[in-house]
Amino acid sequence: MHSLTRSFLAVALLASVSAAHAHRTWLLPSAAQVDGKDPWVTVDAAVSEDLFELGANALKLDGLSITDPDGGSVQPNQTSTGKYRSSLDLKLAKSGTYRISLVSETAMASYKLNGEMKRWRGNVADLKKEVPAEAEELSVSTTLGRLETFVTAGKPNGTALKPVGSGLELIPLDHPSEFLAGQPARFRLLLDGKPLPGLTVAVVPGGVKYRGVLKETALTTDAKGEFTVNWPTPQMYWINAGYPARVNVPEGQPRPPMPAKRYNYSGTFEVLPQ
Amino acid sequence: MQKRKLLLTAVLASALPALAAELSVKIDIPQLAVAEYHRPYIAMWLEKADGGQVTQLAVWYDQKKKDNGGTKWLKDMRQWWRKGGRDLEVPLDAVTSATRAPGLHALNFAAGKAPLGQLAAGEYTLFVEASREAGGREVVRVPLSWPPKEARSTGSKGQEELGNVTVQLKP
Repeated sequence: MHSLTRSFLAVALLASVSAAHAHRTWLLPSAAQVDGKDPWVTVDAAVSEDLFELGANALKLDGLSITDPDGGSVQPNQTSTGKYRSSLDLKLAKSGTYRISLVSETAMASYKLNGEMKRWRGNVADLKKEVPAEAEELSVSTTLGRLETFVTAGKPNGTALKPVGSGLELIPLDHPSEFLAGQPARFRLLLDGKPLPGLTVAVVPGGVKYRGVLKETALTTDAKGEFTVNWPTPQMYWINAGYPARVNVPEGQPRPPMPAKRYNYSGTFEVLPQ
Repeated sequence: MQKRKLLLTAVLASALPALAAELSVKIDIPQLAVAEYHRPYIAMWLEKADGGQVTQLAVWYDQKKKDNGGTKWLKDMRQWWRKGGRDLEVPLDAVTSATRAPGLHALNFAAGKAPLGQLAAGEYTLFVEASREAGGREVVRVPLSWPPKEARSTGSKGQEELGNVTVQLKP
């Protein structure tokens, strides 16, 4: 009976995960490279099914962190949250490259209360508050998520590209403000600061709504955790990785239990024509 | 005796197909190397060259969701949605069914039977539209004449969401 309950639990948890994954979360900068006397950038943060079409929900900007070209932390000049997107405006006061990140730590909990199965999903910080102390058979799975994009004013530099060292992150080995269609770009995937080999990442171009076909590319990191993207066309791209890798279970087969800790990364990169 | 039986068989063989012309369609759903895979929603319909009347042949959508919740994404088959899909009450006998896994799927339609019914003679385009959650959308068109005068095989091919679409016509 106990094991039955547990496998039911696992199935229920996964169902909610896949429902959540049916949508993509993303940041979209107005440009990756801004020149001129008074450079600004606007970044949208949203969740939607098609990249980068607004249409599902705005993302909260609670976990926003911006690193300036000297490695310091800066605040956006203004933010707003609407129905479909949140936006931030940032004056690029210093010359060089900025990293804009949205970090989240979400939890999924399932438990028994008075003999009834309950599920809860939300911020890790609210877990203790939301799940009653008398809950039994509590099972929690947390996801550390990172959304990221890089923006440069004037001459690009590399200080803001340095790894944070926590969770899943993608380090561009070629400069992300200088990507061109038809040229290769190398990346390194890190988990808690260490290279992560053998993980498959998805490279998805925006604009599927008007193109029709998805044109997603699957790439697997090598022994050094690295991979090369050959940008086929100029546009905005979304690179996503999840760890542990998603398990595709054939129809009717039992699903493995949810890992206690999961990591997710999505970066947005602009590719210009040559 | 033997001769009469043979004759009878021959008469039947020539008479039967004329009563029930057949349209068979094979749809190849490709296996995709994507991080997040959901089975495609697929709609298939015939559109008459003059007048544009639409005959719905098949709609595959997620029927396992609670309260017919899978109908929410029917609109993502945008061409079909505009070509009468919007007004179609689902589920619909002989037309709607569950989504299918990657692989080759064969559908057979006979004249006189739902959903083909008494299809008027003329030039038609067979449309197959696929739309996948977190994926792409694609339409494949195959022109055909109805009723077929002779057995004939024709087809077309999609780029990503649909593989070969093969149409076989039998008089």
